[in-house]
Amino acid sequence: MPATITSDAVEKTILEALPQFGVEESEISRDSTFEDLDIDSLDLTELSQIIEEEYGVTIKGDDARKIKTVGDAIDLVVSKAG
Amino acid sequence: MKREVVVTGIGAVSPLGVGANTLYERWRDGSSGIENGEGAATEFDPTDHLSVKEARRSDRFVQFAMVAGDEALAQAGWDRDELPYDSTSIGCVYGTGIGGIGTLERGKELLIEHGEKKVPPLSVPLMMSNAAAGMLAMRYGLHGDSFGTVSACAASLHAIAQATRMIQYGDADAVITGGAEAALTPLSKAAFARLEAVSPRGISQPFDARRDGFVMGEGGAVLVLEDAEKAAERGATPLAKILGFGATSDAHHLTAPHPEGTGAAGAIRKALRDSGIEPGQVAYVNAHGTSTPLNDRAETKAIKDALGDRAMQIPVSSTKSAIGHLLGAAGAVETTATILALRERIAPPTLNWEEREEGMDLDYVPGKSKPLEINGGPAIALTNAFGFGGHNVVVCLEAL
Repeated sequence: MPATITSDAVEKTILEALPQFGVEESEISRDSTFEDLDIDSLDLTELSQIIEEEYGVTIKGDDARKIKTVGDAIDLVVSKAG
Repeated sequence: MKREVVVTGIGAVSPLGVGANTLYERWRDGSSGIENGEGAATEFDPTDHLSVKEARRSDRFVQFAMVAGDEALAQAGWDRDELPYDSTSIGCVYGTGIGGIGTLERGKELLIEHGEKKVPPLSVPLMMSNAAAGMLAMRYGLHGDSFGTVSACAASLHAIAQATRMIQYGDADAVITGGAEAALTPLSKAAFARLEAVSPRGISQPFDARRDGFVMGEGGAVLVLEDAEKAAERGATPLAKILGFGATSDAHHLTAPHPEGTGAAGAIRKALRDSGIEPGQVAYVNAHGTSTPLNDRAETKAIKDALGDRAMQIPVSSTKSAIGHLLGAAGAVETTATILALRERIAPPTLNWEEREEGMDLDYVPGKSKPLEINGGPAIALTNAFGFGGHNVVVCLEAL
């Protein structure tokens, strides 16, 4: 069963996932851009895998290209699940 | 007129530790990096040298390449923010026997256990055999020709050979080259064991009558090769010249060398011709010397056949006696050790050699280093690497 999808839950998942890609925890907020965090397309494919596992939705292709910030990613996942 | 090629920097990670000097000095002094039947690079911790991102973006074999590369570029005196040549004239040719087999094995385990959704998306870019060439080019901002070489245990010597040609013929002014291997993984260890290629006793004793197979090792090396004239213009201190190389194919058997060593002998002859030297000028041979019954016998024949009387007058030793067989990385790691040995005019030892086999009567430098008899002349060596598939490569070096 996928976890309940709330903005807070998704935020927690992403914030916990990003440090394994080498991002300093203190640098992460909803407003930080993936570019500033040095998160590139390969990192996003891995992040997408983590999200898919947790919530059953993917951020792939056009979706992945549209999101610029951590907040964008959270909103996208929540809206896709709705 | 071919341009002259010099080596201006070397770096290595090996079972004897991190660093080219560590490798050479420990081998010279008779230390072994082999424990429990394998040559693991136990002193290497990727987090000592690489960021979290760099480490997770690379298979272990690429990690070896990056750490050895940083050492080699530093020794060459290259400023990574301001390369000494136009970046489009700096290439990267880098070998591996197997590539990221550890990544492949982990991906397969996840596939079987959890299904295809759990397969890591980075599996392909981490496991591909050209990953090290690509990552090194990216790491240092090299925009010249870059590619991987794949010829099993000859791969990194092939890389050095092709890098040399690129500079000799003006296709590049400098090339970052070498090779790496990280194949101490369950599948690859089991597969080599089933093939009866590895020593059941876990002892690397090249050229000894009791040898019964190789000991697997891991590691990598990087060499910075430059056009000699350009290196001199920028005030570099070259370590060695690459005089030339020779390469042949056995076209005989997928894994066994030709029993008479004809392909290997042909590669030695070609290397001498390419380098413009006579057998009498060779002072040392860094043998492929795997510790398999077939290789060491055939290689001995090849050296005697190609060098004639000279073969009996010079030391021939195997780095694999101290670090095991680093597969695709062997040629480059052994070349870095050979360069340092030549510069000190020392023939490092073949460890564990005690019993002579009938017909194998070269001076294998048993147990202890010995000085090279050069009498003020140039210190010239051959380094050999032969791979499954019948690939033979011999590189000819002169210490500076």
